[in-house]
Amino acid sequence: MPLLEVKDLSVRVDEREILHALSLTVNEGEVHAIMGPNGSGKSTLSHVIAGKPGYEVTSGQILFRGEDLLAMEPDERAARGVFLAFQYPVEIPGVATMNFLRTALNAQRKARGESEFSTPDFLKKVREVAKSLNIPQDMLRRGVNVGFSGGEKKRNEILQMALFEPALCILDEMDSGLDIDALRIAADGVNALRSPDRAIVVITHYQRLLNYIVPDFVHVMSRGRVVKSGGKELALELEESGYAQFEDAA
Amino acid sequence: MMNVALAKTETGRATDRLFAVARERLPGSGKVAEARRHAFEAYERLGLPHRRIEEWKYTDLRALIREVLPLVAAPEAADIERARGAVKAHRIEGSAVLVLVDGVFVPELSDTPDSSASVGTLREQLEGGASDLLDADALDAMISLNAALATDGVMLSIADGSKLARPIQIIHVATATSASIVTRTHLRLGRAARASLVESYVPADGAKDYQTHDALIVSVADEAELSLVRLVEDSADAVNVTSGLISVGAKAKLDLFNMTSGGAVSRFQGFITLGGEGSQLSVNGVNLLKGSQHGDTTLVVDHTVPGCTSREVFRAVVDDRAHSVFQGRIIVRPDAQKTDGKMETRALLLSDEAEADNKPELEIFADDVTCGHGATAGALDDNLLFYLRARGLSEKDAQALLIQAFVGEAVEAIADEGLREAVMGLAQRWLEARS
Repeated sequence: MPLLEVKDLSVRVDEREILHALSLTVNEGEVHAIMGPNGSGKSTLSHVIAGKPGYEVTSGQILFRGEDLLAMEPDERAARGVFLAFQYPVEIPGVATMNFLRTALNAQRKARGESEFSTPDFLKKVREVAKSLNIPQDMLRRGVNVGFSGGEKKRNEILQMALFEPALCILDEMDSGLDIDALRIAADGVNALRSPDRAIVVITHYQRLLNYIVPDFVHVMSRGRVVKSGGKELALELEESGYAQFEDAA
Repeated sequence: MMNVALAKTETGRATDRLFAVARERLPGSGKVAEARRHAFEAYERLGLPHRRIEEWKYTDLRALIREVLPLVAAPEAADIERARGAVKAHRIEGSAVLVLVDGVFVPELSDTPDSSASVGTLREQLEGGASDLLDADALDAMISLNAALATDGVMLSIADGSKLARPIQIIHVATATSASIVTRTHLRLGRAARASLVESYVPADGAKDYQTHDALIVSVADEAELSLVRLVEDSADAVNVTSGLISVGAKAKLDLFNMTSGGAVSRFQGFITLGGEGSQLSVNGVNLLKGSQHGDTTLVVDHTVPGCTSREVFRAVVDDRAHSVFQGRIIVRPDAQKTDGKMETRALLLSDEAEADNKPELEIFADDVTCGHGATAGALDDNLLFYLRARGLSEKDAQALLIQAFVGEAVEAIADEGLREAVMGLAQRWLEARS
């Protein structure tokens, strides 16, 4: 059974159809890249998978390990292993990062019927992961993403990914706003999470990120549809010829 | 003409009878009785505040409470037993409690604070003829009413240069039904003294439909530091109107924190005069209101001398049909150059019918000052909620975490860790009881 199956998905926002009968299948262990110009519907797809309110699914379905994902609340999806790394991680003043991480991790564990992490185990785990991502301890004491640079915010997303150990990671424009060094650190963090029982979907406008996170499959989106799928060489092809050819195809 | 006519309405006459009946039971004779009569006449001239009095525009007591209830009888042994349970439930770990039950100081429920604090009662002072303790500000009807009818209160004095090791918590327990409790507390903080004082307002089991009319008269001497925390946890059908008259000396520091989660109708009006140079004032407030609660915090901060700083941070969480009011006036007198005064208020509206009114006023008569105010009101941010839910928090838990953070911005100003945690705990319990 595939990990994620998006079947003929059509989605509207404010009376405007953004996705048109889109289909996508992702298996465990695979890394997929979804590329496409601005406005092609990439971020909408990631939001709908994560359960963001404000989108109207007019037809089609999303199955996660065969279960109807669209029938679940966002927190139920998270507990089952769906993780969206946000393009613009929000700042939450007054909620200390450490407290947020523990609350979220234990909420997910509780929903799965697992025991909550003890404080020493939790702290040990966070410190290990933070160290590998070059995240200083004092950042963890601050409010979630408050005063973080763009690169720090993205690393904080990857820190959560490493901590929650989701089955499906969707990275929405992870490279936006990152300089080359920050991008490398973030990509190393993602690569460390590649595993036979985890799938990663990288959403990006630029091929650059795929030099660091090398995908197994590349899909090109245009105007709400997947217009072409292929191997990693498709990304290089796009870098040469641009998206214009697909604008017409859609 | 209109005001005179209004004072003679049914409400005015009812209170008139109230004073006539209560008089016999009020401590003090001679000059004290005279001071009460003057205060009552001042109250009668103004009558119960209503919406056409600018300062009471959002809190129309004539509409909200209609009348001042008759003065409560002194508590009996059974009432004091009921109060014991409330004291146990509301005492803050690590503090020395002083307990007033239905407006009467009760030594057997109270602790003995540190030796640097001298504790007495208003009752014994008034019986001894200290009529100046009832000097009323004739400009506000509720302060006059309080002077006319106060039965008792705590007289607290902290010696020069001394530091209270434990906070003092005055617990006002109501056991009454359909009656008014009228108290007046005096705190004098000596030169360079340091203290934390908490005032809690709580109901005993069975207390119902009561009114608390309290006043707090504070003087903070030069170089002294005071942390004052007020926790209004009255029963959901009660009324609490408290006036604070606070004067601060030079190079002193006052941190005032008010949290209102109880009471059907409540108003805290604080009149704070910065009368010595180089002092720092911070006033932080939280309203946690639901159902049809009405909670009003009104502050008048008067900068009369140069070089003082005032900061006001106010957070309101308003659910259901509740109504939160914040009025902040900063006065900068002509001599008060280099004044730095700011207020910032935010309201979180959790339902479509919830209401928050905010009225900042700056009256600046000096030219070299920094003053400002900012206000926002709105719902919880959907993007923050979704972020938390995408990380596994249920809708209720995500809301609670954000509300807690919102409230925390005001609570974090409480310097004493034990007090801060106790206050945060109260807020958390309110959140848990919400759904």
